[in-house]
Amino acid sequence: MRFVDEFRDAEQARALAAKIAALCEPGRQYKFMEVCGGHTHTIYKHGLEDYLPESINLVHGPGCPVCVIPMGRIDDAMHLAAREDVIMTSFGDMLRVPGSNGSFFDAKARGTDIRMVYSPLDSLKIARQNPDKQVVFMAIGFETTAPSTAMTMLRARAEGLKNFSVFCNHVTIVPAIKAILDSPDLRLDGFLGPGHVSTVIGCRPYEFIAREYGKPVVTAGFEPLDILRSIYMLMVQLAEGRCEVENQYSRVVPWDGNLVALKAIGETMELRPYFEWRGLGFISHSAMKVREKYAEMDAELLFKVPGVRVADPKACQCGEVLKGVLKPWECKVFGTACTPETPIGTCMVSPEGACAAYYNYGRMERHRVPVTIGERP
Amino acid sequence: MCLGIPGEVIEIRADQPDLAKVDVSGVKRLINIGLLSDDPPQPGEWVLIHVGFALSRIDEAEAAAAMEFLEGIGQAYEDEIAALKESMID
Ligand code: SF4
Repeated sequence: MRFVDEFRDAEQARALAAKIAALCEPGRQYKFMEVCGGHTHTIYKHGLEDYLPESINLVHGPGCPVCVIPMGRIDDAMHLAAREDVIMTSFGDMLRVPGSNGSFFDAKARGTDIRMVYSPLDSLKIARQNPDKQVVFMAIGFETTAPSTAMTMLRARAEGLKNFSVFCNHVTIVPAIKAILDSPDLRLDGFLGPGHVSTVIGCRPYEFIAREYGKPVVTAGFEPLDILRSIYMLMVQLAEGRCEVENQYSRVVPWDGNLVALKAIGETMELRPYFEWRGLGFISHSAMKVREKYAEMDAELLFKVPGVRVADPKACQCGEVLKGVLKPWECKVFGTACTPETPIGTCMVSPEGACAAYYNYGRMERHRVPVTIGERP
Repeated sequence: MCLGIPGEVIEIRADQPDLAKVDVSGVKRLINIGLLSDDPPQPGEWVLIHVGFALSRIDEAEAAAAMEFLEGIGQAYEDEIAALKESMID
């Protein structure tokens, strides 16, 4: 099965691919990781790997926040949600993630008061409307969504709201990248830096990747040409023996990030000593918790959270997929027991998950698109 | 929920200057623009919205490109717009 999806700029893409091909050293294999699930999506939707020379391999990274939440945290959240005095709220994506006793949606069907919200500010409103209940917002996401949670907490404090709290599961991207760099399973030649996370944290936090690990990083936009241009920029760096952080997405990403957002996060949250990531295990300083100053809004302090640890289902190989060691279709249950309708692992749940992206676009193998300029396939 | 959706700022709430009404492909909702308080967007300008907060200012061309990306995503985008429609930020 293959979807030929000629995008608007296919001609330009072929031209870029030809430039990329010209930079490939004969006999050398290149592996670049796209950290962000949004990039994974574009790559599969448009079949960008088909444009690239065989020697360039794109490896999908851990940048899908729903995908990396371990099952134990979902069970913890279910435990909170089951309380009579609690209304649990979270984003739609989160509601579909399987815990060991089904997903939030399943629990909702059984009568648990769980509500899907578009924004943490919607949870705040639910709290105002239900003064006799504790409204818990299950916060997930990388630095893209953490500022929203932080700003909502500041708002709750300003309003003096007493029945709004956060079950904080915000994760930070840089320690995850570091864990992947330190893992012996995978040798990478460079990174496509995440686009929207970088609007918040800027490009500086990636400098250690260039400095300490000697790998180039290019922060990339989400359009097909953005990704190809970023790969070209990585190849130019390698060809010139440079290794730096560059910003291909400067039309949206400021080099220093969003200082207001960083300040709000810093005010309300602090780093946890460690946090478990699905499939990746415990990574130190890789997630945020509510700062003590805001203890009255920390659901983990307000309620007894069991803090369960649950092993991933045996069949599930999300960890290998999240580390880029396995391609999604190499997982034994891919497309059979595990589909977007009946996900076993998290990577099948979110459209940004690598398994869902593969599944939806049916790309199990590469088909080269001729890249000579002007030639039509 | 990770999707950044482009919206055009229609008006800033006079009583609450960190709230703005935006138009996201015809859906008009209030969002929070507090994260851009260093240089608040004006009516007619475009922003990239994440879970009810404007995270960055973009120009119209970028907004069009972002919209094209989202429409290509299909179901997830429809879910996001459906969620936005349900949103009741004020
Ligand atoms: S196919 Fe399912 S179980 Fe296997 S890695 Fe993907 S999401 Fe996980």
